[in-house]
This record gives sequence, structure tokens and C-alpha cells, in this order.
Amino acid sequence: MSDYRQMWESLELDLPAHDHLLNVLGKFYGDIYLSQQKRLKGMEYLDFVISEIHGLRIKELLDAQKSGQKVFGTFCVFVPEELIWAANGICVGLCAGAEIGKGEAEKVLPRSICPLIKSFMGFKLARLCPFTEACDLVIGETTCDGKKKAFEIFAEFKPTYVMEIPQMKRKDDYELWKNEVWRLKEKIEEVTGKKITSESLKDAIKMINNRRRALQRLNILRQQTPVPISGRDALLINQISFYDDPKRFTEKINQLCDELEEKVKRKEGVVPQNTVRILLSGCPMAVPNWKLPYVVESSGAVIVDEESCIGERNTRDLIEETGETIEEMIDNIVSRYMKIDCACFTPNKERVEHIIELAEKYQVDGVIHYTLQFCDPYLVESYKVEKALEEAGIPVLRIETDYSMEDVEQLKTRIEAFIEMLK
Amino acid sequence: MKCLGLDIGSRTIKLVLIENGRPIYTHKALNTYDPINEVKKCLQKVDYDIMLATGYGRGLAQKEFHVPTVTEIKAFAIGAKYLVPECRTILDIGGQDTKAIALNNVGRVFKFEMNDRCAAGTGRFLEVMAKALGYEIEEFGKAALEGNDHIQISSMCTVFAETEVISLLARGEKRQNIARALHRAIATRSVAMLKRVGLNYPIVFAGGVAKNPCMRLFLEEMLGRSNSDKPSVIVPEDPQIIGALGAAILAEREVKNEG
Repeated sequence: MSDYRQMWESLELDLPAHDHLLNVLGKFYGDIYLSQQKRLKGMEYLDFVISEIHGLRIKELLDAQKSGQKVFGTFCVFVPEELIWAANGICVGLCAGAEIGKGEAEKVLPRSICPLIKSFMGFKLARLCPFTEACDLVIGETTCDGKKKAFEIFAEFKPTYVMEIPQMKRKDDYELWKNEVWRLKEKIEEVTGKKITSESLKDAIKMINNRRRALQRLNILRQQTPVPISGRDALLINQISFYDDPKRFTEKINQLCDELEEKVKRKEGVVPQNTVRILLSGCPMAVPNWKLPYVVESSGAVIVDEESCIGERNTRDLIEETGETIEEMIDNIVSRYMKIDCACFTPNKERVEHIIELAEKYQVDGVIHYTLQFCDPYLVESYKVEKALEEAGIPVLRIETDYSMEDVEQLKTRIEAFIEMLK
Repeated sequence: MKCLGLDIGSRTIKLVLIENGRPIYTHKALNTYDPINEVKKCLQKVDYDIMLATGYGRGLAQKEFHVPTVTEIKAFAIGAKYLVPECRTILDIGGQDTKAIALNNVGRVFKFEMNDRCAAGTGRFLEVMAKALGYEIEEFGKAALEGNDHIQISSMCTVFAETEVISLLARGEKRQNIARALHRAIATRSVAMLKRVGLNYPIVFAGGVAKNPCMRLFLEEMLGRSNSDKPSVIVPEDPQIIGALGAAILAEREVKNEG
């Protein structure tokens, strides 16, 4: 790791604090991931990526920049990354899953704000995220009021571009979104100095679709009994999909799925056949937010799917590959992204329907609805989700938490009790 | 076969020993900073064959004594059902948390609510407030019964509520009235939690706070049914031992299943 010190210095990271962060992260990862039994061989790649999370991948980004490529950071599955790749750019999802730089963040943000927002501001202000530092441009969005206003402040410290996300799905809203996608295309072309061509966009759509296909394949394997992969490992794969090189990642995940298929044929599971199966639904879990999955799986249940932006919401829908002209392809991008059923939309009936559909498809025993504190869209929507699940006869537990570890014991009691109830 | 249920609560350790389905011994001790040591002292006085642990310290007991565990939620459900077979809802207000548990018609948990990380509106809250008003915890409820209802406390956070209490005292408010307002605030909050799980009658009120006469009165007032002559809120003779009792019953059941 010491080879990277110069690189981190050049990114102006706070080195002592960054060392500390990597230490904590390494220990945390060891406890939650490396302690698992009967892990897949294919997970070695993911372990390697995590161990090099602030090392090799950052070096790749910096090398790419030296050869003229531009790096774009995003925080939301709404940003159509195909446009970035089509302009020879690189897209990375930025860190927002740890209670980092809280004191720094609270200098500019209110104390009672969602931990994800506090986290991305904290990572930036405390100079602890080499991804953020390496970015040429951060692309924000207006999914919620907290993020929308926080990007105004974030822009003081980092070049930031904000996309407007519609709040409804009427005809006008599709128009608004279409204009936003075209505007983003122009912005990306301006930053990269490269024109997006029908060829390059077609390739980019295919590349990102292939990554989604690999993740869909993984999800289908998770529907099996006994479950061949832990929820934690599957979450990690989804998390890494946001910042790894898409082609390499897709290839590695397809290899891992080959291994899983063999396991399924041999009826080999990570847990016994009758283990309680849980669907996690709600807010995204960004790296290294593994608290809840860890508590659930160490209480004797297994997570078989995530109805979340780091999960189904990111992988469920592909972009139609029928377009030939840029206009047609942008239309396809627009309609694919408008299928996202984020709680920032009203009404958002399709999300509730999807949850029930997933609960049945993955044969879950119960749903844990997870919300980050102060995340109004998901917190308010949890009422509708709970009601619909109860009507469908599917038990549900609502959990509201943040990134701190102080409530782990209370969470354990509630989750263990929920699992006892499902047995 | 003597089966012991051990409930390591945040404030109190409870033990119930049963033999052939009947309780033959109960014991309570205050918890300290060293729960395992306190438990060991309790265990010296009791002769048992098997043990099952519950309560927030169940994980500690599992490590130390290699015994099976169950959550308080399931333990309370089983204990309450044993004492009050027709019970459909349980309210447990303990030292650091409040739980509302809904049971189906065969006594299985089907829904529950629990306060999250902070101890607002729990036994600990009452202790801090009693101290701020110069009462022993045992006399706090009785004092509240003597107060009248003209003030309201809005804070449920222990720290904020203490500030509110101090400013009320500074205004010359009688401490009985403040005590009453504090009790009403907790009762209102507990009823809201009960409503979230469905509120089927009868309700068993358990945990240390169920010993408080003012809390019992307010809950009966807020939850009482005018259309029924049966009691709405039932407080068991010793409301603190329900979890330990449930754990003991479960321990005995597990032995039977294996046998």
C-alpha cells in the first residue's frame, strides 16, 4: 500500500486521517466479510478490489486522466452513465456510506440531515475520498431536497453539475427529463472535448447493459434454494459495480456466476435449506455501509435480494438496443431511466408493486424496510409499503437507522425477534 | 427437570425456575456495570438443570454459560400467554426500552414495535425525572396521582425533559403536577405504539414500569373499553418477571422437543 502515498499526497488527501480510515475499513471488512465460511472462489476478486479500493483503481483513474480521459463522479442511479462512457469518460459512484468527516460536514450542513448527504460532504471536506478528489466533474441531481441544496454547497469545493430529476411521470415530465439528458450530453462533450457518436453511444449502451445482465444473472441465482451466495457478498458485488471498470467487472461477475451455477447444480448453499429468507427494501447501502446486512445474516437469516438503488433499482431495466441514431438512442435512455421507481416520485405505486413481486419471486419469508434517518421520501413511503405487504400477507419490519454503530444491539434485538417470528 | 429462565435487563436481572410447567422460584437483583458477575451471584443461589437466556444481556450469557437465547419479544409473548391465556397485546416498559407486541389467536407474535436507540419514555426516563423532582422511584407514581392535570410536558427526550422540568420548577409549579404531566406523556407515547401494532384486547402491561400506579391508571383511562365489563389492561402480579418466565417455559419446551 505504501506505493500509493505519493499518489494520495498528490490528491491532497489528509494522510494520517486517511491511514486511520483504511485501517478501520480493513478491520471492518475482515470481521464482516473474510470471517464468512464456504465463500466463493470468485469473491477473491472482490476482496482484491476492496483491498485496493483507494489504491489500484485510483491509479487506473489517474493514468487514464494522463492519457486524456476525464473522470465523472455520481451519487445516483439516475445519472445516465452511458453518455459518459460514450464520450470516452469514466464514471465512478462516489463514497457516501460511512460516518466520516461528520464534524467538517456539520460546519456547512444542519445536524439533522440524512447521513448519506452528510457523508459525501464529510468525505470531501475532510479530504478522505480519493475518488472525489480525482474527479474532473461531479454530477449531482435533485432527487431530494437535502441533496439538491447540499450540491449548492458542494459546488463551492468541487466542480459540480446538477441534473433536474422530475417528481412525477406525466408526459411533461418525460419532456423535462429528455431535455436534461440532452443537456448532460452537451456538458459531458464540453468537459471531455469529445463528440458522442452513434457508434460510441451504441457501444456504451451495450457495455452497461452487459454489466446489468451479469448482475441480473447473479440475482436469478439468488432465487435458488439453498441460497448459493450470502446477501453480504451480493451487496458488495453491487456496490463495486459502481466504481470498477465495467468490462472487467462484467467478465469477473460472469465467471463468479458460472461458479454459482455449479454450486446450484450440486444443491450447495451458503446456509441450510430452511434458513429464513429476507428481502431488504429501501434506501441505498453505499460502501462501507454493511451494518444491517451483517446484523441480519449473523442473526441466522439470509438476504436474497435488495430492492434498492444498490440492487434491483439499478439492474432491473435494460436500455433497448434497437436505436441507430443518437436521437433514437437518447429516447431509449430517457424511457429506461424514467422506469426508476425512486421514492422521490409521486405517486410511486410501481415501487410497492415491485416489492411484492420480488417478495414472491425470491420466495422470501419477510421484508425488512430499511430507511436512513431523515430520508423523508423513503420514511414516508414506508407506510404504503408496510400496508401493501401486510395486505399480501408478507411480514415486514421497518428499520430506521444511520451509519453509526451505537444502535447495533437494539437492531439485533428487533431483527432477531423478527426472524424468530418468521421461523 | 428444573428449567431456568434468565432475563438480563438493563436495570434488573430476573430469574424464574420452573418444574413440570410450574414456577417454583423467582429472584430479582439490580444490574450493575458488571452484568455477568451479578448473574453469577444470582446463580449460586439456585439449583437448575438447564438454562435459557433473554434480555439485552443474552449474548453475554450465551458466551459465558453456552446457553441458548431468545429475544425479549418472544420471551414476553410466551410468559404473558402463560399467565393470561387470552392475552392479545403486550406492553412492556422496561429499563431502557418500550415494546408493543401483538399476538395472534394462538399466542404467536405477529407484529411488534420497539423504541429505537434512545431510552425516551422508558423506566430510565422515569428514574431521571423522579430524581430531578426529589422522589424515590417507588413513590413517584403515587405522587403523580396526587397532582392535577393543568400542565403538559412535550419533551420525551430525557435530557430535554429534564430541562423542561427544571424550568417548570423555577416557575413555581408543584412537583406533583409535573410528575403527573411526565406520566401522562409516557402513557400517550406508549398508547401510540400500541396502536401501531393493532391494539387487540386484553392488553398485558409488563416490565418494571407496570408497578407504577399512575401509569396503570393512565393506560386504563386511555385504553379502557366502555362496551366490555372485562378488564382492558391486565397487570400480572409480578410484572417484571414475564420475560424470565417465558424463557424458562421455552427452555422446558426445547427439552421436551428433543426428548
